[in-house]
Amino acid sequence: MINKIANSVHEAVSGIFDGATVMISGFGEAGSPIELIHALVDKGVKDLTVVSNNAGSGHVGLAALIENRQVRKIICSFPRTAISVVFPELYRKGEIELELVPQGTLAERIRSAGAGIPAFYTPTSVNTPLEEGKEKRDFNNRTYVLEHAIYADFALVKCAKADRYGNLVYNKTARNFGPIMCMAAKNTIVQAKEVVEVGDIDPEHVVTPGIFVKKVVEVPNPADESKLVEQERRYPW
Amino acid sequence: MVAKENITGWSVQEIAEKVANDIFDGAYVNLGIGLPELVAGRIQDGKEVIFHTENGLLGMGKPAEPGKEDPELVNAGKKYVTAIPGAAYFHHADSFAMIRGGHIDICVLGAYQVSEEGDLANWSSGNPDDIPAVGGAMDLVAGVDTIFVITKFFTKSGKPKILKQCTYPLTGKNVVKTIYTDMAIIDVENKKLKVRELAPGVEFDFLQQNTDAKLYM
Repeated sequence: MINKIANSVHEAVSGIFDGATVMISGFGEAGSPIELIHALVDKGVKDLTVVSNNAGSGHVGLAALIENRQVRKIICSFPRTAISVVFPELYRKGEIELELVPQGTLAERIRSAGAGIPAFYTPTSVNTPLEEGKEKRDFNNRTYVLEHAIYADFALVKCAKADRYGNLVYNKTARNFGPIMCMAAKNTIVQAKEVVEVGDIDPEHVVTPGIFVKKVVEVPNPADESKLVEQERRYPW
Repeated sequence: MVAKENITGWSVQEIAEKVANDIFDGAYVNLGIGLPELVAGRIQDGKEVIFHTENGLLGMGKPAEPGKEDPELVNAGKKYVTAIPGAAYFHHADSFAMIRGGHIDICVLGAYQVSEEGDLANWSSGNPDDIPAVGGAMDLVAGVDTIFVITKFFTKSGKPKILKQCTYPLTGKNVVKTIYTDMAIIDVENKKLKVRELAPGVEFDFLQQNTDAKLYM
C-alpha cells in the first residue's frame, strides 16, 4: 500500500539533515509552507542551503529559519522586500551567502533538475553583471549563457489539496514554484490544506502527479504570514 | 533656458494613457511594478488586453477590494489582485516560458536609466550597501520583443534618466522600444532616440539641454 501521509509536520521533516539543500516554495507568503518551515526551526538542523524566490519577511517562516542561524547560503531572485529585516542584516555582516539568480533562470534551473537536464542555455543576463563567469555560446546569431540545474535533497511545498499517493492541487498564485520544486528534490515534503481520498481528485485536475512527492501532511488552517508579520510575531513563539 | 521646476508636462495617469494607446487589442501584456501598474486602468473600452503576472497568472484583473484580499492571489509586486473570467494559473517555469519563449507581446517596465541605444538599467543602483535583488526583470527584457518604459524624465534629485550611457548595472542591452515620460514620448529606432511627441509646454531644445544623449525630432 502506498501511504505518503505523515501524522505531523515534525514527523514530515524528521529526515532533513545538517548541510542539506532545501527548496522552499512560495512567492512571498503565497505558497510558503510556513508550518513546515517552523518544524524545521524546531528541529534545529544547520548549515542548510535554501533555494527560494525570496528571503522571508518579518521574523516568521523563512526569516525565522535564517534568524535561527540555520541557513549558510540562499539561492534566490529577490531577497529584498519592504518588510525583510533578517536577511539584509546578516548579509551586510557577511554572515550569510547569497547566489542571486534571475527569476526565470531560477525557475528553469529547478525545472531542469527535475527533468534530468544538467544545464541549458538562456538569453537572460547576457550583457549584464550577472553573466560574469558563465560560459557563453551563440545560436542563430544571438548570445546565450550556460546555466546549471539546481538539485536539492528536500523540497518543502504548500498546496491546497492532496491524496495519499501525493497527487497535488494548488490554489491560485500560491502554485508558483511548488510543482517544479516537487520535481527537483529527492525528497519532497508537502503541507496540504486538505487531504482527500484517493480518487477524489479528478485525474484531469492533478497538477503535481504523486510520483514527485514523498510525504504529505495535512495543515488545515495554515497561518497567514502577512498577518503574523503585521502582529510582529517571532518564531519560535 | 527654462527652469525645469516650471515645466509640469504630463501627469503619471496621462503617461499611462499614452502607453495604453500603444497597446493593441488582443495583446498579452506584462506590467512591471510601480508606474507600469497604472497602465492596466487606462486601457480603452472595447480593447481586450490580457495581463500576465510572472508569478503565475494570465488574466490579472483589478486590485482586490478592501476586505476581499486573498493572500494566495497576488501580482509580481506581491499586491492583492483579482483574476478575470477566463484567467489561468500556472507554475513559474511555464510562466517564464511564456516570457522567454516570445509569447508575451508587450512588457511595460519602470527604469532607473535608459541609454541612447535603448539599454535599460532598472534593477540595481550599483550601491554596495544595497541588497542585490533582480526578480524577473532580466528575463522580461531578454524574452519580450516590445519593451515599453514608463518613467519620469528626471530623477527626484533632478538628474536625467535618459543618458548617453547608463551608469547603473544593466538589465539588458538594446532592449527598449519606446520611453514614455512626463516630458515626451521617445522611440528608440536603430539605436537612436527619436522624439515622437512632446508634452504641452515642453520644447525639444529643453529636453536636449537636459540630457547628454543625442535626441532627434
